[in-house]
Amino acid sequence: MALDRIETCFATCKAEQRAALGIFISAGDPDQATSTELLLGLPEAGADFVELGMPFSDPMADGPVIQAASLRAIKAGITLDKVLDMASQFRAKHPHVPLILMGYFNPIYIYGVDRFLDAATDAGVDGLIMVDLPPEEDTELCVSATNKGMAFIRLITPTTDDKRMPVVVKNASGFVYYVSITGITGSGRASADSIANAMTHIRGFTGLPAVVGFGIKHPDHVREAGQHADGVVVGSAVVSIIADNLGDDGIAAPDTAEKAFALVRDLRTGTSRL
Amino acid sequence: MNEQLANSLRNQPDEHGKFGIHGGRFVAETLMPLILQVEAAWKESKTDPEFAAEMEYYRKHYIGRPSPLFFAKRLTEYFGGAKLYMKRDELNHTGAHKINNVLGQALLAKRMGKTKIIAETGAGQHGVASATACALFGMECEVFMGAEDVERQKPNVDRMRLLGAKVHPVTSGTGTLKDAMNEALRYWVTNAETHFYIIGTAAGPHPYPAMVRDFQSVIGIEAKAQLHEAEGRLPDAIVACIGGGSNALGLFHPFLDDKDVAIYGVEAAGHGIETGEHAASLNGGRPGILHGNRTYLLQDDEGQIKDAYSISAGLDYPGIGPEHSWLHEIGRVNYVSAMDQEALEYFALCSRLEGIIPALEPAHAIAFIATMIGDMDKDQIVVMNMCGRGDKDLGAVLPILEKQGKL
Repeated sequence: MALDRIETCFATCKAEQRAALGIFISAGDPDQATSTELLLGLPEAGADFVELGMPFSDPMADGPVIQAASLRAIKAGITLDKVLDMASQFRAKHPHVPLILMGYFNPIYIYGVDRFLDAATDAGVDGLIMVDLPPEEDTELCVSATNKGMAFIRLITPTTDDKRMPVVVKNASGFVYYVSITGITGSGRASADSIANAMTHIRGFTGLPAVVGFGIKHPDHVREAGQHADGVVVGSAVVSIIADNLGDDGIAAPDTAEKAFALVRDLRTGTSRL
Repeated sequence: MNEQLANSLRNQPDEHGKFGIHGGRFVAETLMPLILQVEAAWKESKTDPEFAAEMEYYRKHYIGRPSPLFFAKRLTEYFGGAKLYMKRDELNHTGAHKINNVLGQALLAKRMGKTKIIAETGAGQHGVASATACALFGMECEVFMGAEDVERQKPNVDRMRLLGAKVHPVTSGTGTLKDAMNEALRYWVTNAETHFYIIGTAAGPHPYPAMVRDFQSVIGIEAKAQLHEAEGRLPDAIVACIGGGSNALGLFHPFLDDKDVAIYGVEAAGHGIETGEHAASLNGGRPGILHGNRTYLLQDDEGQIKDAYSISAGLDYPGIGPEHSWLHEIGRVNYVSAMDQEALEYFALCSRLEGIIPALEPAHAIAFIATMIGDMDKDQIVVMNMCGRGDKDLGAVLPILEKQGKL
């Protein structure tokens, strides 16, 4: 069950006195073979859970790094069916590692909500993070996803005040994702104090694990955020490695995935709270 | 609720910001509290006589409203059918209808205590209007404009700079209006607490589509009263061009319940809808979610947004305001289209016959009118929205007209 995998993941990390490490990559970036190699190797490198981005042409909450990754993937022919195929391969190889799909609603809307949820469940996807579906639009996808046992992971931001927090956590499941800055992916980083305060604030409203993302690039950042949060997500820093290892022909250097794994291993060293 | 109100087409959207299935609030959580604040402030302003008085003051003394309703006698004779009236919103300060909305939103921002403004722009008309209002009220203005449009519309970029705005050329994506809107939204996400985003068309997350429509409805309200004074009756048809569709909704909305008035929205067919190079979201797209709302969009089978194309930078957008999508589905408005070449032809003809150089956008409306007005009776009346003046387009249009031997 999807929710069990997520629950077990956070419980295990807690028992080991460390923050769970989540790694984000864009599916199909820069091509499906490289992206699949990367996806399948992330758990061995140290990822406790994986967020697989479903590329969209107009990612309005993403910074330049993930925008470029999305466009590379689309250009290389990624489709939602191919994303789900990657998810199936991941599930076959890693029966216990939570896999979350993250993206924007339009591709799912066009694919068909029910058809998508069935296919994602079959592929072994555990949860969804939808950037442009706030609680006000829960009837679009959240309610059906939750009914099918899929976690609907809510984004909480620095602008989410006391009045709004109950609305945001109401239909949340799996875990909640704290966007630590008012900004786009890959931009600035929040201070340790502000993360600590936010975690205390969030825990006053929900018992779900809370992870922190946005602006986290180095093991030191992981260590700092991981002292307070149940998990930490790194995206742009990993995706940047792909961009940095592309040839002039747009083809990834053969050791691209290995370089990304090295970063993940390094990030993992920051997760311990001991 | 009495029957008339219950059946009115002018009561949209519902409390969720939906026009049928269209509209809504599809935005990142960071923006939700802000959007709810904008909605609350807007609702409050609607019943505040002080706000109404302030709007009225600036409309009259700054924009120059009411804009005239002009009987286009020579074009009427040329077409040989119904009488053609033009609502002269190109005579507004800054040369287009955009200022009607900008002034309303800027006053709302002021009321909310915001002194920093974000705007996106395609042709630059909304950017110029925003820069103008910011100069007027002493606000900071950040305008996002596709890098390609910055090149194409240099005079407007210069105007914005002179007015004190900062113009950000947008190179992400394809560097056009949709990318400018993405970038403006990203900037807003980053500066959510301090900035007010003035969206330029009747699209985006609720309450923008309804709010922009309300600020633009002054066009239709005036036109209705002016035509009543001139002819003592309602028009038989009203026509406006559509990119996002704010000038069109401004004209249409006050007429929606007048069942005998035929309404036509003219999309940009670019090189022809069948070529795929066009900006006709209703005639060539399907419903999807972009920029905070569900509406008809140009997109592929995977839900990836396609680039729009039109010779007119103001119509060059892959979406359309959600209220238009609803009006299309219920059949109240007829959405038609005109191609680049047709718009160019009537750009020139209107200039020669009426001494009015239309913007390329309303030239599309005239091009459609040319296909139907000749078949109407001489005592019938058509009103079109001359929503902008064409000075900005001379650089793009003149070389083509010269090449075609039409100068």
